[in-house]
Amino acid sequence: MTAYLLKRLIIAALTLVLASMVVFAVMEILPGDPARLMLGLNASAEQVELLRDQMGLNAPLAVRYLHWAAGLLSLDFGRSYTYSVPVIDLVRERIVVSLPLALIALALSTVIAIPVGVFSASRQGRAGDTLAMGAAQLGVAVPNFWFALMLIYLFAVWLHLVPAGGFPGWSAGIWTALKSLLLPAVALALPQAAILGRVARSALIEVLNEDYIRTARAKGLPYRAVLWRHALRNAMIPVLTILGLQFAFLLAGTIIIENVFYLPGLGRLIFQAITQRDLIVVESIVMLLVAAVILINLVVDFSYAIVDPRLRAIPGKVRSGFPSGIAPKQILRAVQRFRETRNRSRGRQ
Amino acid sequence: MTMRVDLPEEALAGVLAKAFGNRSFLIGLIITLLVVAIALVSFVWTPYDVTRLVIADKTQAPSWAHWFGTDHFGRDILSMIMVGARNSIAVALVAVGIGMGIGVPLGAFAAARGGIVDEALMRLNDLVFAFPALLSAIMITAIFGPGAVNAIIAIGIFNIPVFARVARAGALAIWPREFILAARAAGKGMTQITVEHILPNIATLLLVQGTIQFALGILAETGLSYVGLGAQPPMPSWGRMLFDAQTRMVTAPWMAIFPGMAIVVTVLGLNLLGDGIADILDPKSRRRR
Repeated sequence: MTAYLLKRLIIAALTLVLASMVVFAVMEILPGDPARLMLGLNASAEQVELLRDQMGLNAPLAVRYLHWAAGLLSLDFGRSYTYSVPVIDLVRERIVVSLPLALIALALSTVIAIPVGVFSASRQGRAGDTLAMGAAQLGVAVPNFWFALMLIYLFAVWLHLVPAGGFPGWSAGIWTALKSLLLPAVALALPQAAILGRVARSALIEVLNEDYIRTARAKGLPYRAVLWRHALRNAMIPVLTILGLQFAFLLAGTIIIENVFYLPGLGRLIFQAITQRDLIVVESIVMLLVAAVILINLVVDFSYAIVDPRLRAIPGKVRSGFPSGIAPKQILRAVQRFRETRNRSRGRQ
Repeated sequence: MTMRVDLPEEALAGVLAKAFGNRSFLIGLIITLLVVAIALVSFVWTPYDVTRLVIADKTQAPSWAHWFGTDHFGRDILSMIMVGARNSIAVALVAVGIGMGIGVPLGAFAAARGGIVDEALMRLNDLVFAFPALLSAIMITAIFGPGAVNAIIAIGIFNIPVFARVARAGALAIWPREFILAARAAGKGMTQITVEHILPNIATLLLVQGTIQFALGILAETGLSYVGLGAQPPMPSWGRMLFDAQTRMVTAPWMAIFPGMAIVVTVLGLNLLGDGIADILDPKSRRRR
C-alpha cells in the first residue's frame, strides 16, 4: 500500500508543479506591465524601471518562477494592485465564506445521495426507484444558479424565511451566518446529489449482482445487513471517485453561486479582480482552487486504499481509476473469496 | 477498408425495435430534435424581433401576446429563448468537437503505446482535470477578454481529458482481443489497427459520452454567460437572460423561470438520449461522468 500511496503523492505533487507553471505562463503572456499599472500613466520610464527592479520583474524567467513558487509555498502570493494589501489577507477574509459553503454543500449532497441510491438500488425497477431516479434525472439537468434563483424566489421573496443574499459575517453569530449559507448550500448540493445518487444506485446494483452477495444471503445474513455492510462498501469506489470530481465542480460552483447570493467569498473576489484587472489576485485564487482540487483528489486516492482492501492486498499494478487498468479479475475474485471465508471463520457476521 | 463487425439485417432491425421500445431514448430524441428545430426556426422566424427594444412593453407578465412575458427592454422572452438556443447548441457542439478531436486520438494513442507515453499522457490529463472549466474560462478571459469563442475554448479544453480517458479505457479493453492479434499477425501497424479496428469498436462509448458532454457543455455555457464570461449582449443567450432576471426576481420572475426551464428541458432531453443510446447498444454500459 505504501508504494501505491507514494505514487499518488508524487503524481499529485507533479500535477501541482505543472499547474503552477501553467498559471505562471498565463501571467507571463498577459499584456500589461504590473509596475506601470501600479505607478500610473504619469510615472517616468526611470521610475517604472526602478520599481520593476524592486519587484524582481527584470530577473530571468526561471528565477522569477522559482521566486513566485517559493512565495506560494509560504503563502506569500504578492500584493494586490488595487487593494494594496497582501493577497493572502484578501484570501483569508474570503475563504471563511467559500470553504464552509463548499463543505456544507458536499456534506449535504452526500447525506442526500447515498440513502437515495441505496433506496433505489434495493427497490430496482419498482415505483419508488422509478420516482427517485426520475427526480434525479431532472436534478442533473438543473443548473445550480437557476435553481438558486428559484430558491430565492420561493424562500426569500415569498416566504421570507431566509435572507435573499449577503453574508452578515461569522461575528454576527454562527446561526445567523449559517442561515445565510443555507440556500446557497442547498442550491449547490441538490444537482450534485442527483448525480451522486445515480452513481451510487448503479454501483450498488452492479455489486448486488455479484456472487458473494448471494453467498452472504445464503449463509443467512439479513438483506439489510448485506445491503449496508457488504454491498455499499464495495460500491464506494465509484462513489468516491465521483465525490472527488464533484468537489472540483462544487468549488467552481461556489464561484457562480456566490455571485447569485452576493456572498463575499473567493468567487466574488475573483470577479471583482477580473473587472479591475487585478491579475495577481486572479492568478492567486486560480492557483489556490487548483491546489484544492489536486489535494482533494489525493485524499480520494488515499481513501480508496482505506475502502478497498484489494489495494492493500495486492502490490504493484493496481490503478486508482476505474474501470480501466484493474488487476486481473481472477486475483480480485480470489481475494474476495479469501475475505469472505476469513470473515466467516472469525465469526464476524 | 474499415473492417467493422457488420450487423446482419436482423440485428439492425433488432436495434431499431429496441430503440423504439426504449422510453428514455424516444423522449430524449424527441426533445433534442425539438430544441434543434426551434434553434433552426429562429433563423427564419421568431414571434418578435429580438433586436428591437420596445420600452413601452417592458417587463410584461406572460399573456397571449407574449407567452413567456417580456424582459426589461420589452423584448419577447419566447423569441429570445429561441435565438438563445442557437448559441447554446453551437457552443456545446464545438466544445464536444474539440474534446473529441483532440481527446480521442490522445487516448487511443496512449492505449496503443502504453508504458511511458501512456503514463505521460495520463499525467497531462490529470493536469487539465485540475482546472475546472470555469477556472480555465476565467484565465482565458483574463487574457483574451470575454466572448462566446473563449467560452467554447474553455469548455472544449475541459472536454479533452474526458474523451481521452474514455477512449483510452475503451481501447485498452479492445487491444487484448483476438481479432486485434489477428490484425497484428496480418502485419498491420499500430495506427492502422487503431483506425480500422479500435475506433469503430469504441464508437458507441464515445457517442454516449458525447451526448453527456453536450449536455454538460450547455450547462457550462449558460453558467459562463450568466457570470458574463460567455456570449456578450446583444446576442441573446440563456445564461445572460438569467443574469438580467436576477435583480428583477420580485417584479418579473418570469424572466428567470422560462429561460431556466429551457435549459432544464434541453439538458434533460440530451441526458435521456444518452441514457437511451447506452441502454440500446450495450445494456451493461454505465454512464461515466
